[in-house]
Amino acid sequence: MRFELDDDQRDFAAALESLLSAADPVGAARAWAEDDHGPGLKLWARLADLGVTSLATDATPVEVCLAFEALGRHAVPGPWVESAAYLPVALGREVDGVATVALPPHVPYALDADVADRVYVGSSPATSVGERVGSVDRTRHLFPVSGDGEVHEEAFDLAVLATAAQLLGAGERILADSVTYVQQRKQFGREIGSYQAIKHALADVRIALDFARPLVLGAALGEVPASAAKVSAGDAAYLASRTGLQVHGAIGYTQEFDLSIWLTKVRALVTAWGTPAYHRGRVLAGLL
Amino acid sequence: MDLTLSESELAFQAEAREWLAANVPGEPLPSMDTAEGFLAHQAWERKLADARWSVVSWPEAHHGREASLVEWVVFEEEYYRAGAPGRVSQNGIFLLSPILFDHGTPDQQDRFLPSMATGEQVWAQCWSEPEAGSDLASLRSTARRDDERGGWVLNGQKTWSSRATFAHWGFGLFRSDPEAQRHHGLTYFLFPLDADGITVRPIAQLDGEAGFAEIFFEDVFVPDADVLGAPGDGWRVAMSTAGNERGLSLRSPGRFCAAADRLVDLYRERPDPAFRDGVVDAWLGAQAYRLYTWGTVTRLAGGGDMGAAGSVNKVFWSELDVALHETALDLLGPEAEVGSRWLDGYTFSLSGPIYAGTNEVQRNIVAERILGLPREVRG
Repeated sequence: MRFELDDDQRDFAAALESLLSAADPVGAARAWAEDDHGPGLKLWARLADLGVTSLATDATPVEVCLAFEALGRHAVPGPWVESAAYLPVALGREVDGVATVALPPHVPYALDADVADRVYVGSSPATSVGERVGSVDRTRHLFPVSGDGEVHEEAFDLAVLATAAQLLGAGERILADSVTYVQQRKQFGREIGSYQAIKHALADVRIALDFARPLVLGAALGEVPASAAKVSAGDAAYLASRTGLQVHGAIGYTQEFDLSIWLTKVRALVTAWGTPAYHRGRVLAGLL
Repeated sequence: MDLTLSESELAFQAEAREWLAANVPGEPLPSMDTAEGFLAHQAWERKLADARWSVVSWPEAHHGREASLVEWVVFEEEYYRAGAPGRVSQNGIFLLSPILFDHGTPDQQDRFLPSMATGEQVWAQCWSEPEAGSDLASLRSTARRDDERGGWVLNGQKTWSSRATFAHWGFGLFRSDPEAQRHHGLTYFLFPLDADGITVRPIAQLDGEAGFAEIFFEDVFVPDADVLGAPGDGWRVAMSTAGNERGLSLRSPGRFCAAADRLVDLYRERPDPAFRDGVVDAWLGAQAYRLYTWGTVTRLAGGGDMGAAGSVNKVFWSELDVALHETALDLLGPEAEVGSRWLDGYTFSLSGPIYAGTNEVQRNIVAERILGLPREVRG
């Protein structure tokens, strides 16, 4: 019985963290939103060098979760769930370059099909790619596609888990930035973080994230379904985003302030790869 | 990462499961907060003790099995899965015994532990006072030195004392140094509830049973032999509960998992999709709590401590427990108000966010000690 990361896993997470902290992923995300894919693709290549694109085939789901939590924490743009979680399992091999996939109805659009080398519907190449649709998350460029590929269940579950881990990372980032902000911002002569209304709201976010994490890692170990992780991480990250916006006030409501990147990403990911209602239904079906 | 039990842990689990299956009463016992139910729960504790299941983590010399933390969690899981009765002795075995092991004299351990393990002596916790609830350190009940008799004389009032109506002994903090402020000058005392000068007045709880009592102390003499830890050191003794993780701060996940499984069963009988989300969320919460606890157990086994994580835990399980029972009542529809095991569980769950440190106090602790936000201004 040992429900804790081992040293290798910690080292891997630390290596990712140090790469991403130094790489200006927020700049890459902002450029990506404006159709400048250069910085994002450069970051893609560096993460692939570190092994992120081969985890789904060569490592365990725990390592996949660690990588996606880091991607979420740093708001790294691009079709990572598609290229590094779904497709490697569905196709049975590591994806070379950038690829994307749609799986209607739960994944109705192919993310970033404009930049992908290959576009799939299920496990088959898409027959056509339509006009781009905008997302609440400006870094997510969505494309309707046609094709008749089937859903690969195991691949879908890994993609769901990876999305859950991304949500966890995004939620942690919003909490950390919010805690920093409320310690600096002063109103009525004191830090707003000294007011109990603010403290309790942020404490609730801490508690929600602390109890979402074991379901994400538990799902990685096969102890609970991936849907359990998605529901719980989605709820926790969404609570973080609502609370984070509220404690920032008006500055948090601006596109210019970096918090907006995570607020919009969380909103998009909550319904990506299966809505909360879909995943709750799946959990219940497994219990009855 | 590895969530499997070792061979010896599996054997321990099988033995517990087998014994519980053969011995757990088929019908729930009457409420432990009635005279009849109290005796029935004491008899159950005796039965547990005779088979050495009452205090599994204690040393073998004291009725225990020296169970590891993992085994303790496993035992609790099996205990609640089997639908076994609530523990009338829990204040003693979970809250007091860790302090007795750490700070008690050999004489105190010999006098108190055996009868605690068998349920023969049931202990009541005497912390709160009418003017000292969340702010426990403002307590006013006094202990005056009596050198002639070699002990202390207690005066004052304690309240909201669970089990005290029928319990035999109490433990609590008293101000032994009238000049000292707040956490200083407090002493930890053990006293029989039938001592001269003690009056116990039962208080009916929300369910109508006398689960609480208030206790009046009028010149109650306590000999030095019944002071736990050093005089004046009571606060530190009370808070230094190294073993307390087995009690409230690490409340066993078994009870929530068992209740969530019963909720799924109830949904199967009454599948009202309006309450589907509540059922799923209760089950997810129980699983999250179970897995989180294995993480805590791993950390503790590696020499770590709970720290403020106990506060994260407490808010989560207490709110989970209320939400889970609310969902059950939702599913019962108009039958919800009729007496049932679910209704009893619901009423009990309502106390969770209040006792053992209100959830507001716990959120302050999470915000200050984990998030690093500024401390509350103290009046």
